[in-house]
Amino acid sequence: MPVFEQDNSQVWRRRTTKEALARWFGWLLAVAIFVYSWQIISDSTTWFFVWDAPRIANDIWTRATPPRWEYISQLGGPIWDTLNIATLGTIIALFLAVPVAFLAARNTTPSALFIRPIALLIIVSTRSINSLIWALLLIAIIGPGVFAGVIAIAIRSIGFCAKLLYEAIEEIDHTQVEAISATGASRWQVMAYGIVPQILPAFAGIAVFRWDINIRESTVLGLVGAGGIGLQLSASLNVLAWPQVSLILLVILVAVVISEWVSAKVRGAII
Amino acid sequence: MSHRELDDMLGRGWRKPAFVKNATLRWTLTIGFVAYLIAAFMTIEVSWSRVYEGLDRGLAFVLAFTTPDFVSRWSDIWAGLLESIVMTIAASVVGVLISIPIGLGAARNISPAPVYAVCRGIVAVSRALQEIIVAILLVAIFGFGPLAGFLTLSFATIGFLSKLLAEDIEAMDKTQAEAIKASGARWTQWINYGVQPQVMPRLVGLSIYRIDINFRESAILGLVGAGGIGATLNTAFDRYEYDTAAAILILIIGIVMALEYISGVVRARVQ
Repeated sequence: MPVFEQDNSQVWRRRTTKEALARWFGWLLAVAIFVYSWQIISDSTTWFFVWDAPRIANDIWTRATPPRWEYISQLGGPIWDTLNIATLGTIIALFLAVPVAFLAARNTTPSALFIRPIALLIIVSTRSINSLIWALLLIAIIGPGVFAGVIAIAIRSIGFCAKLLYEAIEEIDHTQVEAISATGASRWQVMAYGIVPQILPAFAGIAVFRWDINIRESTVLGLVGAGGIGLQLSASLNVLAWPQVSLILLVILVAVVISEWVSAKVRGAII
Repeated sequence: MSHRELDDMLGRGWRKPAFVKNATLRWTLTIGFVAYLIAAFMTIEVSWSRVYEGLDRGLAFVLAFTTPDFVSRWSDIWAGLLESIVMTIAASVVGVLISIPIGLGAARNISPAPVYAVCRGIVAVSRALQEIIVAILLVAIFGFGPLAGFLTLSFATIGFLSKLLAEDIEAMDKTQAEAIKASGARWTQWINYGVQPQVMPRLVGLSIYRIDINFRESAILGLVGAGGIGATLNTAFDRYEYDTAAAILILIIGIVMALEYISGVVRARVQ
C-alpha cells in the first residue's frame, strides 16, 4: 500500500504514482476512442434530419394513432405462422443441439482434441450470426417463405442451446455417473440413467427460454421475407400505412409479453 | 422402523419416474403438443422443388467459405465493419452511462416507489421492443445512417443492463450498505461506498458482455438502413456474391469470438 512522506507526516494513497498514471492514460485512451467513434457517426449523419426529428416523430405519431383495429382480422394467419416458426425452429434446434452439446462437454466428448473444437466451432458460428442474417441466406438458397424462417431460427438456436446444455453437462454430479457405471452399465446406459436425468430440468428450462426468444425473433423474420407477422409489418411500412404498423407493433408486443409469461411460468414449475 | 417404501417396491419392476408427475396433466400436454405439431406441419408450405433447386446454391455458399473473397469488395467491407464497430463502442458507452442511474432507480431496495415504477417502465419498454423494430422507427425519424443504429443499440443496452444491474443491487448484502449509512454518509457517499463496490464486478462483466451483443446486433441494423456491416452483407447476398458474403460472415464470427474471449478474460479478472 503506497504511503508518501509529506510535510513530515505520512499520507496514504490508494495507488502508487505509476498506477495512477497508467490508469489516467487508460481513461484518456478510452475517451479518445469514444470521441473518435462519435466523430465518425456525426460525420455520416445528416444533422438537418435530426433537428427536424421531433416534428417527424410527432407526424408519425399522429398518423399511427389510432391503430386500424379492423386490420386484425388479417393478422391471424401471420401470427399462426410466427408461432410455428418459433416452435418448430426450437424443436429442430434442440434435436441438433443435444448431440453437439454432448460432443462439446469436456466430460462426455469422445475426443477432446479433435471433436470438441469442431463442436465448439459449430456453437460459436451459429450463435454469433443473427437469425435475420441466416434468414437472408436461406431465402437466397431455398426461397422465401415460412420454411426458410423455421430453418433460420433452428440454425440460430443450435449454438445457444448447445452452449447452455454443455455447460449443464459439465456441471453434473459425477458420483451419480460413477454409481451407474459401477453397476456395469454400458456407455449408453450411463448416458441415459446417469447423465440425462441430471440435465433434464436444465434442458427443459433452456428449451422454453429459447422458445421465448424465438417468438421475439420470428416476429421480425418477415422483414427479409421469411414468413410470419413481419411480412405484414414490412408490407405496411412499404406503403406507409402507419395505422396498420402501430396495430402490428401492438400485436407483437402482446405476443412477446405472453410468451415471456408462459416461459416464466413453465420455468418456475420445472426448477 | 419398518422399511415400508422398500417393502412396497420389492418384487415390482422399477420404472423411471416420469418428468411430469400428474398423469392427466402429462397426457393432456403430450396429446395437445402432438396435435399442435401436426397442425403446424400441415400449414407450412414447403415447395420441395424450390428447395431442391436451391441445394446447388447452398452448396456454392458452403464452398464459398473455403474461398472467401476479402479483396474485391474490401473498401465496402471495411467501411461497413468500421461503422459497426464505431456504433458498438459509442452505443455501449452511452448505454452503460444511462443505464446506471436507471438501474439504481429500478432497484426496489434503494429507490422510492414512484422512481421505481418509472425506471421499471423504461426497462420493460426497452426490453419488449426488438432492436430491429426500434431501428425501423428511428430510421424513419432520424434518417438513414449510423446515428439511428447508435440510438437503437443504446436504447437496447439500457433495458438489458438496467434490469440486470437492478437485480444485482436488490440481491446485494445489506449490512455493508447499512454500515456506511451508520457512519453518517450522504446518499451519494452511501451509493459510492456501500453499493457500488458490491455490484461493480458484475457491472463490468455485464458491460463487456453487452459490447459483444451490441456488435452482433449492429451486424443486422444495416438491413433497415441504420448503418453497419448489414447493408454490405445484404448487397452481397442480393448479388449472389457468396464469396464476399462468406468473407463478411467470417469477419463477424472472428470478431465475436475475439470479443467473447476478451470478455471471458475480463470477467475472470474482476470476479
